[in-house]
Amino acid sequence: MVAKFKARHGSGVREASTYLGQNFMIVEPSITNDVLQILRDEEQFDYCVDITAVHYPSREKHFELIWILYSFPRNQRIRVKTMIADGERFPSSVSIWPTANWLEREVYDMFGIQFDGHPDLKRILLPDGWKGHPLRKDYGIIQQDQEWVQINLGIESGQ
Amino acid sequence: MGDQITKDPSTYLSHLELGEPDKTFLDSNELIINMGPQHPATHGVLRVILKLDGEKVLGTECVIGYLHRGVEKIAENRTYTMFNPYVDRMDYVAAVSNGLGYCEAVEKLLNIEAPPRAQYIRVILTELNRLASHQLWLGTHALDIGAMTPLFYTFRDREEILKIFEKYCGARLTTHSFRIGGCQYETYEGFERDVEKFLDFAPPKIDEYEELLTTNRIWLERTKGVGTISAADCKALGVTGPVLRASGVKWDLRKAQPYAAYSKFDFEIPTGQHGDTYDRYLVRMQEMRQSLRIIRQAVESIPEGPIMAKVPKVMKPPVGEIYHSIEAPKGELGYFIVSDGSTQPYRVRVRPPSFVNLQALDIMVRGQLVADVIAVIGTLDIVLGEVDR
Repeated sequence: MVAKFKARHGSGVREASTYLGQNFMIVEPSITNDVLQILRDEEQFDYCVDITAVHYPSREKHFELIWILYSFPRNQRIRVKTMIADGERFPSSVSIWPTANWLEREVYDMFGIQFDGHPDLKRILLPDGWKGHPLRKDYGIIQQDQEWVQINLGIESGQ
Repeated sequence: MGDQITKDPSTYLSHLELGEPDKTFLDSNELIINMGPQHPATHGVLRVILKLDGEKVLGTECVIGYLHRGVEKIAENRTYTMFNPYVDRMDYVAAVSNGLGYCEAVEKLLNIEAPPRAQYIRVILTELNRLASHQLWLGTHALDIGAMTPLFYTFRDREEILKIFEKYCGARLTTHSFRIGGCQYETYEGFERDVEKFLDFAPPKIDEYEELLTTNRIWLERTKGVGTISAADCKALGVTGPVLRASGVKWDLRKAQPYAAYSKFDFEIPTGQHGDTYDRYLVRMQEMRQSLRIIRQAVESIPEGPIMAKVPKVMKPPVGEIYHSIEAPKGELGYFIVSDGSTQPYRVRVRPPSFVNLQALDIMVRGQLVADVIAVIGTLDIVLGEVDR
């Protein structure tokens, strides 16, 4: 399967290997959506388990986006990963798997990554007017949007 | 006042493609109503905004996050061991399953394996917990629909399971019963006897629930053909657990990718055909009986031996990442853990079954009646602690 992707996309597939028995692929952001589409259509990865991100402030490209996919016919899992810079927009995969809707909203809420073509990209767990994205590494563990708390809850501090 | 509280509910629905009200029947008007977050039938703090045409639902939007505690952020600031009790607080009616998933994920990352006896104890407790979770679901779901008696019956019998938990580890709900590398506690004197007593006690009780509901005229009217979802929709929306199985997909992680000691036991995966609320009820009832079957096999063949693997005092998993998932009572519960080689996880992502399943609410209730929304929220079996984390 990897050979097929390498033949089609050349150096776009940066790495494909296995760690602790789990397969993963690191691909360039520009071809990621094509790869996901092919994985669903041709390789039978019909179930998108999860979409998430990891913040690495020390790297050149801050965010790693991760798709965890599962195939019912093959009973296999694969992880697709890509690196994007802070503020970079990324095409949404809602058209590939509808479940990406809420999962992408959560990634946006927690990391501030914008998805192009998402039908309704807004915060999901935090309130709409909240400032900051909590799962970024520069967001403190007890940090809060004090202004929001004061205006909406009528208390001095949520701590 | 701020946006969230005073915002007009109708603005939430502006992005949805909704049908126009059918003006032929009397003078039906389009209506937007707000349900929750404080509503007894939403099983916690779930807010649903409904667009209605008279009694018919045209579309919905869920507003969640009222119970958000930042579990994933907390994980980054705790050691692997310290984070273990936090996972119990997500799906608090099935805390044992949460703990099992987390412990196994970290064990994989550390490349250690729990000893066989510990794995059997884990299976027994996890299956007991699945039963308790399904009993709680049945009681509250039936209560929502208007049948009050099942609630008293299921809570009475769930008590027996909670007593076993209490005797085993001192806690009834947030048990924190497993540790990374095995179990903290050896089974108490008479544990097997207590479990076997429960195994004889439970089947007639499940018969009792079925007598109340399975052929009950009102129950059939309220659940048959309500909230139907097809297998293709389930897969597209990532819906797992009993909801997926009731739509006819024979898929259970305990069989598909066995973990703990599940590969050693003989059990069936119950499935439905229509994917409606009634089928989901039947699937869960059969799952209760299958759980009893697994527990009986486990208790009869539980091996002797140690209950803890050799685990370093200070856990520093090698740099890398792992995704491990288990079949929780609600569906696929996954943990994605990234280690940077230090004592604290770099990132922990929880893939909660309730959160993903709740997304299917909209397509399940479209075209149905308002009263069916209650039935569908009940049948999805969500726990808001897990949805919001």
